[in-house]
Amino acid sequence: METTAKKEYTFKDFASNQEVRWCPGCDDYVILRSMQKALPEMGVKKEDVVFISGIGCSSRFPYYMDTYGMHGIHGRAPAIASGVKLANPDLSVWVVTGDGDSMAIGGNHFIHVLRRNIDLNILLFNNEIYGLTKGQFSPTSLVRQKTKSSPYGNTQPPFQPGELAIGAQARFFARIGGNTPKEMTQMFIDAETFNGTSLIEILQNCVIFNDGCFTQYTDKNVREDQQLFVEDGEPMIFGKNKDKGLVLNGLKLEVVTIGENGITEQDILVHNAGEQDPTLHQMLVRLEYPLVTGIIRRFQDVTLEEREDALTKEVMANSKFTKTDDLFFSGETYEVK
Amino acid sequence: MIAEKNKIQPEVLEAVVIRFVGDSGDGMQLTGTQFSDTSAMIGNDVSTFPNYPSEIRAPQGSLYGVSGFQVHIGSVEISTPGDDVDLLVAMNPAGLKTNLYAVKPGHTIIIDTDSFSKKNLEKAKYETNPLEDGSLDNYRVIEVAISSLTKEALKDVEGLDNKTITRSKNMFALGIVYWMYDRSTDHTIDFFNKKFASKPHLIEANTKVLNTGFYFAETLELIPNSYTISPASMPAGTYRIISGNTATAWGFLAAAEKSGIELFLGSYPITPATDILHELVKHKHFGVKAFQAEDEIAGITSAIGASFAGDLAITTTSGPGLALKSEALGLAMMVELPLVVVNVQRGGPSTGLPTKTEQSDLLQAMYGRNGESPVIVMAASTPSDCFKYAYEAAKLALEHMTPVILLTDGYIANGSEPWLIKSVAEMPEIKNNRINEVKENWHPYDRDKETLARDWAVPGTFGLEHRIGGLEKDKITGDVSHVPENHEYMTKIRAEKIKRVENYIPELETEFAKTGDLLVVGWGGTYGSLHSAVKQLNEKGYDKIGYAHFNYINPLPKNTEAILRQFKKIVVCELNNGQFASILKMNFNKYDFLQFNKIQGLPFGNTELTEKFKHLLS
Repeated sequence: METTAKKEYTFKDFASNQEVRWCPGCDDYVILRSMQKALPEMGVKKEDVVFISGIGCSSRFPYYMDTYGMHGIHGRAPAIASGVKLANPDLSVWVVTGDGDSMAIGGNHFIHVLRRNIDLNILLFNNEIYGLTKGQFSPTSLVRQKTKSSPYGNTQPPFQPGELAIGAQARFFARIGGNTPKEMTQMFIDAETFNGTSLIEILQNCVIFNDGCFTQYTDKNVREDQQLFVEDGEPMIFGKNKDKGLVLNGLKLEVVTIGENGITEQDILVHNAGEQDPTLHQMLVRLEYPLVTGIIRRFQDVTLEEREDALTKEVMANSKFTKTDDLFFSGETYEVK
Repeated sequence: MIAEKNKIQPEVLEAVVIRFVGDSGDGMQLTGTQFSDTSAMIGNDVSTFPNYPSEIRAPQGSLYGVSGFQVHIGSVEISTPGDDVDLLVAMNPAGLKTNLYAVKPGHTIIIDTDSFSKKNLEKAKYETNPLEDGSLDNYRVIEVAISSLTKEALKDVEGLDNKTITRSKNMFALGIVYWMYDRSTDHTIDFFNKKFASKPHLIEANTKVLNTGFYFAETLELIPNSYTISPASMPAGTYRIISGNTATAWGFLAAAEKSGIELFLGSYPITPATDILHELVKHKHFGVKAFQAEDEIAGITSAIGASFAGDLAITTTSGPGLALKSEALGLAMMVELPLVVVNVQRGGPSTGLPTKTEQSDLLQAMYGRNGESPVIVMAASTPSDCFKYAYEAAKLALEHMTPVILLTDGYIANGSEPWLIKSVAEMPEIKNNRINEVKENWHPYDRDKETLARDWAVPGTFGLEHRIGGLEKDKITGDVSHVPENHEYMTKIRAEKIKRVENYIPELETEFAKTGDLLVVGWGGTYGSLHSAVKQLNEKGYDKIGYAHFNYINPLPKNTEAILRQFKKIVVCELNNGQFASILKMNFNKYDFLQFNKIQGLPFGNTELTEKFKHLLS
């Protein structure tokens, strides 16, 4: 009998006894529920799951999960999680962060964790605002956006998280609307399956300080026309009538209508998430119409743990030291009688 | 082999201080290390200190590009690299100019006359040539054309370029010094054979230059006598010369092996702590996970993550780095995980004096965090006992589930001395608070009744899933709590946990007088200077002076007051503006603590200490 066989969990097994304290109507509830539903599907043991967060609304997430977890300090979750994973590579380690936590105060850790490609999963709750400190502009707030700290309008141009991440060599980048739990659940499973750092940007509505910031893309009535949900190996087609698609026109992406000007489905670009060259992935990330969601980039690469493990084995095989005494008494020693 | 027949009977000395100085590229560190290793091998006690510029390759011949290495060897106990230089070996004018202050009139200077060119004299800002203007009349100057003699010695060796020939002149100087102090060249020749195993022409060249220097000294009338230093009486056993930074790294290796817990280092390069990182990255064969992080904060936070996941986690830094780590250190304190932070102190504030020593981070270590945030603070006292205190820091962190700050400093980190090698078998047991099975009604903040340390349940352990974090925790469940009384209770129990560590550390001991007129108090890396100054006075008949050295500062040893009250006067000596004195004043306010402070980036000198103590005794 296989003793390590997948245990049958339900979403309830992953809910802690803590009362969830996000504002009513917040997308965070959707994300939490999607995660609790995804975990039983992943085949990981509950005791092997660790959630690490920084500071902010999103960072309360670990308290609501009945797994191991640490609510860290502002911006540092990727570094804490890196230590957890390097100490025990068998764990399934998740980072929960927000746009301020990851790209303002924690910007340095965010780019370096992506560069190193440690097998972590990062959930970036992007609501384009500081929620927990009550409404200041964040690194993803729009120019001219009025907030508590920009009463006449924000003057600082925003980061596009995917552009920054892929620029920092992210091997897995996905984007999803905060109101699409079914797709989100599957995306979490895909992130866990991916060997390397996976980053999921969740467009998360803040009902209090930035309500409706993504409505133009995520509202049920416009979603199909405004969002292109890409799937690996599939043509990039969107629209209620599945008649819009992307083609390359020179060095730019262009939206075309199938059936017009002689365009057929064969002319539409087919999504290749596994392509090493990030050029097209960057263009997809930057596109404003349609907004591209789904797994935009999934390039399989060697992880840091794999490099470290191989190097350690090599050093161990060639070392004359097995115990520290071998080292201490080696080389230039001398006797005093 | 060196011929014995013409040997003059050497004069016997108790101890001698030699300083080798030259350009950064002149190989002074290697020369000094070879001399100290050879001396240690024949049984002398030794203490060394390198002194190099913070520029990596400063312009040749410049005053700020001078690199030096000081060696103090003796047949008696040697506790410091020494103050007054008996022999200065100056490979260029800049070296002479910047180091002459340390040589007392009547003492000896060996000079490479070839380097005293007009150009080099100008670079060293000499208006007249000190070899000609009489300014060195009060010294015994031995002028040797080292560069040209080196070239001459190597003229028949094939395969050498000019650069290699020039670079081996330090071995000529070393040969002279070996003869002067009655040392064999064998150890250094062995070193060449190993180091240049694949480059036989370099073995030949260096050996030839070294021996030529030796023979030159033997036959030269300018060097009238030689000296010898008999072996010191040291405890029997196997020794090696070790620097404080290496000893620190090895202390952690030993602690990891003894405790059976894997070692994780999260670190970011910073002078003068980086050598600990350099040492630990070599030891992957022991399973050491050394992670060079993107910054100081990631250094400590990755270590906190590793500690959460069950490793013996450490982070190494110096003053400015500790400042950057302070928020994360508060987190480690709050989540009550084991962690050792090594701070190799350097001159501050801000960037300060990166390559110079100071003890000015003590109050930062004690209080440099927001909120009520006590941690264990301890300090090593000599290069070799960095091993013991690193081991002890790891043991206390694991057994008490708390961050520990271990303070060393640039002086003991870079200095080296003989270390009676400890086998891991001789080291004390290290327990830990790991919990590996589900217990009924278990909570993450359940505490040991004696130590108050909480359980360490690591991810991967079935049934013990729990959350920790920087928010205040309920005293029983460990859930987030904002209850006023709970916060006060938790604040006090965290303080009490650290206070109780006093039951697990050694009592303070007094050296020399146990009671009397003056108690000299020191802590950390000043041990060698203070111990030898008090010892010297004691030997001269001052029997009312005692010395107490602190290695544990938070908590203080339990018997501290019992020792303070044995003396009429107390003087607290430290390389800062009085930080430890202020801690003592706060804890024992009925005593009058006199202070002796030095803030020059330098260790205490012997004379300034003995004069101060004599004055206080009079």
